[in-house]
Amino acid sequence: MTIASIVLSAGLILVLIGIWGMLTQRNILRIIVGFMLMGTGSHLVIVAIGYVSNGTAPIIDGGLSLAEAPTRSVDPIPSALAVTAIVIGLAVTAIMLAYAIRLYQARQTLSIDAFTDSKW
Amino acid sequence: MRRGAAIVLIAFLGVIFATIAASYSQRSSLPELAAAYVDLVPRELGAPNVITGILLTYRAFDTLGEVAVLFMVAAGVGLLLGAGGEERDEVQAGTRSLLKETPPTEIVQNGADILVPLIAIFAAYIVMHGHLGPGGGFQGGAVMASCVLLLLLAKPDYRIKLVHLSFIESLAGLLIVFVGIAGIVLAGGFLDNRVLPLGEFGAFFSAGAIPVLSVLLGVKVGCELSVIIERFRA
Repeated sequence: MTIASIVLSAGLILVLIGIWGMLTQRNILRIIVGFMLMGTGSHLVIVAIGYVSNGTAPIIDGGLSLAEAPTRSVDPIPSALAVTAIVIGLAVTAIMLAYAIRLYQARQTLSIDAFTDSKW
Repeated sequence: MRRGAAIVLIAFLGVIFATIAASYSQRSSLPELAAAYVDLVPRELGAPNVITGILLTYRAFDTLGEVAVLFMVAAGVGLLLGAGGEERDEVQAGTRSLLKETPPTEIVQNGADILVPLIAIFAAYIVMHGHLGPGGGFQGGAVMASCVLLLLLAKPDYRIKLVHLSFIESLAGLLIVFVGIAGIVLAGGFLDNRVLPLGEFGAFFSAGAIPVLSVLLGVKVGCELSVIIERFRA
């Protein structure tokens, strides 16, 4: 079991748990937690794809000299994408929680069953 | 969604994911684009941290888009949770009276007295060393916002002046765009970091405009997250 496939499997399992949580839970806060789990799982998948065997972080310092950097470092692009993805995940969670607060103020309950009958 | 349908869907997705995970084999060498980046960033940009070089120069336009997303979120949370003048004062008076009855414990208060300056220094260190080691604008800004959160938890009377923070955040965003336009005028393109001298590799003042962009990003992200936290408070 290589490192990349362990982290990849962990990320995919987290995505599955998150999707299951979003589909079956009734409390709005638990649905939001499911969404966050799905997001965290996808970040793990992104970072796992970038791993190179026996690689180290792509930072040139005492541990990794300039000459051996192209052969011994990990792929930097998925890490950069993961930074962006984490920040945007945080932003989406903030908006979801704000909506949860407003929904609670409207109906005094956090269960989404109270909102299923507001169709036309 | 009903239990049965959810289980069928999760099983189906599980089969697809298992196929993906089983057929993935770990790489033994960098792909071409990554090898080019790892080679180019120390050479052309003078930054030892390849990831910060990518995020703040080669892919700086995506970082600018992400900054715009954060700004939209701060505005959106302000719209959803920013009550009008009277309602907000009423809610805040209620919260304050509740907190007078159960003030934060001694551990929280004394711990905050010690930790808040340390966290602020650590956040500044992360932001300013973004081009030399792990870190950068986003990471340092998030740590700064956690410092503000600790302050809000320990001192319930602490008021954040939202007007000042919004002004600072907008100013930082404007300065990022100006640095970008200076890149068009003085160097290779938008948000090129060679507007400032590259300096000696690995020194504190090196890598051109990357530390400047890091600091501006850190200030902007820290202010935005603090505004979001403050809005969730009352």
